[in-house]
Parts: sequence; C-alpha cells; structure tokens
Amino acid sequence: MASNAIYIEAINQAIIEEMERDTSVFIMGEDIRRSVYGATAGLLDRFGENRVLDTPLSENGFFGAAIGASLVGMRPVVETLTSFMWVAMDQLVSQAAKMRYMFGGQATLPVVYRATMFYGGGSAAHHSDRSYPMFMNMPGFKILVPATPRDAKGLLKTAIRDNDPCIVFEDGTLSGAAGEIEAGDAALVPFGVADVAREGSDVTIVAIAGAVPMALRAAEELEADGISAEVIDPRTLVPLDKGTILDSVGKTGRLVVVDPAHKVCSAASEIASIVSEEAFWDLQAPIMKVAAEQVHIPYTPVLERLVYPSAEKVVTAARATMDE
Amino acid sequence: MENISKEILVQMLERMWLIRHFEVRVMEVHSAGEFTGAAHPYIGEEAVAVGACAALEDTDYIAGNHRSHGHPLAKGGSVKGAMAELYGRVDGYCKGKGGSMHLADFSIGILGESGIVASSVPVATGAALAAKIRGEKFVSVVFFGDGASNQGACHESMNLASLWKLPVIFLCENNQYAVTTSYHDSVAVEHISDRAAAYNMPGVLVDGQDAVAMYEASREAVKRARAGEGPTLIEALTYRFEEHSLGLGRVRRGEYRTEDEVGEWRLRDPILVHEQTLIDHGILTREECDAVSAAKASEVEEAIDFARNSPYPEPDDLFEDMWADPIPAP
Repeated sequence: MASNAIYIEAINQAIIEEMERDTSVFIMGEDIRRSVYGATAGLLDRFGENRVLDTPLSENGFFGAAIGASLVGMRPVVETLTSFMWVAMDQLVSQAAKMRYMFGGQATLPVVYRATMFYGGGSAAHHSDRSYPMFMNMPGFKILVPATPRDAKGLLKTAIRDNDPCIVFEDGTLSGAAGEIEAGDAALVPFGVADVAREGSDVTIVAIAGAVPMALRAAEELEADGISAEVIDPRTLVPLDKGTILDSVGKTGRLVVVDPAHKVCSAASEIASIVSEEAFWDLQAPIMKVAAEQVHIPYTPVLERLVYPSAEKVVTAARATMDE
Repeated sequence: MENISKEILVQMLERMWLIRHFEVRVMEVHSAGEFTGAAHPYIGEEAVAVGACAALEDTDYIAGNHRSHGHPLAKGGSVKGAMAELYGRVDGYCKGKGGSMHLADFSIGILGESGIVASSVPVATGAALAAKIRGEKFVSVVFFGDGASNQGACHESMNLASLWKLPVIFLCENNQYAVTTSYHDSVAVEHISDRAAAYNMPGVLVDGQDAVAMYEASREAVKRARAGEGPTLIEALTYRFEEHSLGLGRVRRGEYRTEDEVGEWRLRDPILVHEQTLIDHGILTREECDAVSAAKASEVEEAIDFARNSPYPEPDDLFEDMWADPIPAP
C-alpha cells in the first residue's frame, strides 16, 4: 500500500521492514541508538541492543567487523557518512571488495554500507564528500544512488537482501524530499534499472542522486524555450543500466550528464565514455558534463555554491547541445 | 601435559611435520621456477598455529596473514588444495585466484589470509561478533605478527572485542622481525602482550617454540571465549628461520640479524622440542617420530603431484567469482 514519506523516513522504514523480516539483519554505526541522523529512529526500542549496535569511533575496526559477521551468515547494515569511509578504506577495498574473487568465490559478503553525503550546507572539505566514483573504479561493490524516497527505500531493501557488498550513497540534500513509497515486497527496486524521470525528445539529461531534482527543474525551464528534455536517473551506478541511456540518446542525439561528484573520473565521465563508444553516430552534438569543479569544498556559501551543478548550469549545457 | 590427550599430542607433531615438509618443498619448487610470486615460509613457527588450532573445533574460525601456509594446514585444511593454489591451478583453494598469500578454505572455517598486514584482524573480530549476536558458541582466532601489532586495525579490534566481550583470540606471532625491522625498534612496550592491559583483557606471553605451551594457552583462551568472558591476547615468542619471502633476494640475513642469533633459535626448533617432549613422556619412540615425518613427507609429495597435474583456469574463468548475485559486465 502506497503512502507518503520523506527520504529519511523511507530509509528508516526499509531498515525496520528488513530487520523484522530477517533476524540475521543487524545495524551498527556511530550514535545510531539515538538516531542522530534520523534514519535509525525507533530501532533500539523495537529490536534491542543486540541488533542495534552503537560503535566506538573506529571505522576501520567496525567496517571490518561487519565483513567478518557477513562471512559467517549475518546481514550487517553499517551506517556512516561518506567522509568517514576514508579511515576504513583498507577494510572496504582490501577485504569487502576483493575477498570473494580472491578466494575463488568461497566468500559471500551480504554487507550494506549506508553512506550519507552531506554537501551544500557549509560543512567544508572534510564533510562534503560525494565519493561514489572512487568506488566505481574498484570492482566488487554494487553502488546505489537513490534520488527519491521510493528508491531510497526500495534500493536499500534490495541491498539488504543482496548477497554482495553494497554501498548506498544517500544524498543528504534530499533528506527532507517527499514522495510516495510502497510497503513490503512491493517496495523493492531492482538493481540496474534506470528510471526515466521525465520523457522528452530533444536532449537526454542523465542525472545522479541530488542532481535529479535540479535536472527536472532545468527540464521545465527548457520546455518553456520549446526544448523537450528527457531526464534519466540511473538509480544504480554498479550495475549501470546502459540500455536505457543509449536508447534515449538514440532518440534525442544529445546528452548532458549531471553529477554532484568531482568532474575528473566521475560517474559522468564514465557515462559519457560509454555513450561515446557505443552511440557515437547517434550524437548530434558533443556530450556535456555538468559536475563539481575540481577543487575542494570551501566553507563560505558564497564560494561553495559555485562548485556544484545547478539547474542553471544544466539549462546552459542543454542549450549548448541544441546550438550544434 | 597431564590433561592433554595422546591423540592431540601426536596430531600436533603430524601437523608440524606436514607444514615443515610443505614449506621445504615449496622453497625447492619455487626456486626451480615451478611457480612465481612471493611466498613466505612458516619454518620455525609451526608450533604456534598447530598449538592454537589443536584447541579449536572444525566449526571455529581462523583468519591470518601473508605468512599463510601454516595456518590452514594447522587447522586441517586440504594439503592438495593449498599446494594447487600455489601452483595457480583450478583445484587450488581459490581456483588459482588467491595464491600463496591468500589461502582460504571456508569448508572448515578458514576465513582467509590477508596480504595486507593486520587487515584480517577486524574480519575475525566480526566473525566473533556474529557468534555473540546469534548466541552461538563458536570462536575465532586471528594470527598476526609483531609488525601488524602496530596497525590501528589491531588496536581498534581489540577495543571492540573487549568492549563487546567477543569470543576472539588475538594471536600475535612475534617472530622478532617485520621484514628486517626488529620489534624492539618498532614496539614501545617490552612485550606486545603487555598491551592487553590497555584493552582490559588478559595478555599472555607464551613460548611459541613449544606446541604444548601454545596448546595450553590457547585452550584457556578458547574456554574463556566460549564462556562469554571475552577476548585474550596471546603473544607467541617465535622465530622465522628463513628469510621474509621467497623471491626477495636483496634482503641479506647478515644485514639485520646474525648467523649466531639464527643458530641459537634453530636449537629450539619447535619440532625438535615437541619430539623430545613426546619421547620423554613415553608417548612416541624416536622411530615413531621419524615415521610421522616420513608419512607427512609423502603426503606433501602427493600434493605436489596433484598440483602439477591440475589444470590451469580457462580464460573465461577470469570473469567468474566476482559476484554472489551476478550483474552484467560494464
């Protein structure tokens, strides 16, 4: 049954539903019993201390403990922020990503890392990371970038049931975004199926995570100019639904990729590269990337807002593809 | 000694000889060019893993490090599977994808060796966390060296394990050197086991050349873990008789340790020590000890024959084993 919820509530519901469904699911992280970030509200009362673990500030230790628990049959969900993943990179890369392949398929690691990206709010360089492209470069992770409450819930539920290491990059700029969500199995969202958030015929805009709403705003503005933009939300970067993107570019002949991550070796770079390789002759204009500038995130809002993509930048890029 | 069964005492000798013959032959076939890459001989340290694993059940877990051949063999892993893995063949533990530093036999609780020093310590801690959450009685043991004891992963894991009273045994194999750096030059306390105090757990210093001492200390730690009393740090004082790694010819023994020092430790060869114990207590005769050695030598030869005759993977195998729930290639 559908209901309305905001993004952070959708995540909370996904965790509750999956912990109720499967007793091997447990959650660990910093300050989760008191739900400092909102996604773990009510879990302690409902599931008890044994399955809702507040951890010391030891990311390398507890990210790794989640791996070990998953190897012997548990389904850990780890809550963290993207910026704290750096201190756990050894466990993420050397163990979570590589273990199954390196051990010839013996290891199965149903572990989920929920990493919130807080950016755009004056948190400066240490707390504003949008780091999914760095993990796309490392084989072994399934990488999810939900942009709506429906997908925040559905992708997390699918991730918890999946048998491989998953990282959900939850977009903090969308925490309060409202939308319709389903309950139970009806809420599941499959990996590798992009969402066509808006249909159009002149230019394809592929937007990632928090860039989806700005792409939709840009599409409205472009429509006023008589330009019909199709907005595609890949929802999962690994696996990536190439087919939906290539089909759309086949129809429109133009591509703008909008990515809140740094533009060098970004998700946008990879998508642009795929389209160049596989749909070059469909293109009527150069591909445009609208991604974060290649500088660190400055504290002062006057400078910070210059870094990220915006609806205005997307409109400018889309118009540029139409001028060709 | 009185409380140790003859079966365990003999099994420890068997497994030490198995590891010794395995490693001696690995050094020979490696230098003959039968396989390539780094390989880290466990010769001189056999009593540590063998004594610890003798205190475990098949349902318990171990994880280890780059000096990896001794741990799975001590736990009872397949000798053929280990050798075939070194040869890069499909019948290896990891189908030839892991190699010497990454042996793992999940079928009997060997969660894998890690080429990154201390990286398997949090993993083993997590296996113990699962035991606690599920209310089960299995324990996990993680083998790491004196070098690894300085890594943050070790310290974070010990704090977590003690805080949550997890059934894990931190087994530090202090073989005196991290490649060429003496532990006296890298550890600020006199004994690594002293650090246990900082994490409110027992720290035990054990003669790592004595399998019986290793077994007794491990049995006590396992008992404590199964009773829900939490982790133990065991520091086994031992010695690497060979150089750090095969294929690392630039490291010269004389530059960081003397022949005299190596010679003194060789007098306390763990196999000699254990055989003497067995003979002194009338458990086995000299001839019976020699027969154990011969039997294990032929088991290793059989494993080499098996490995040599096992096929290499096919090119399509490159893309296998990435995912439990497969996804399309990018």
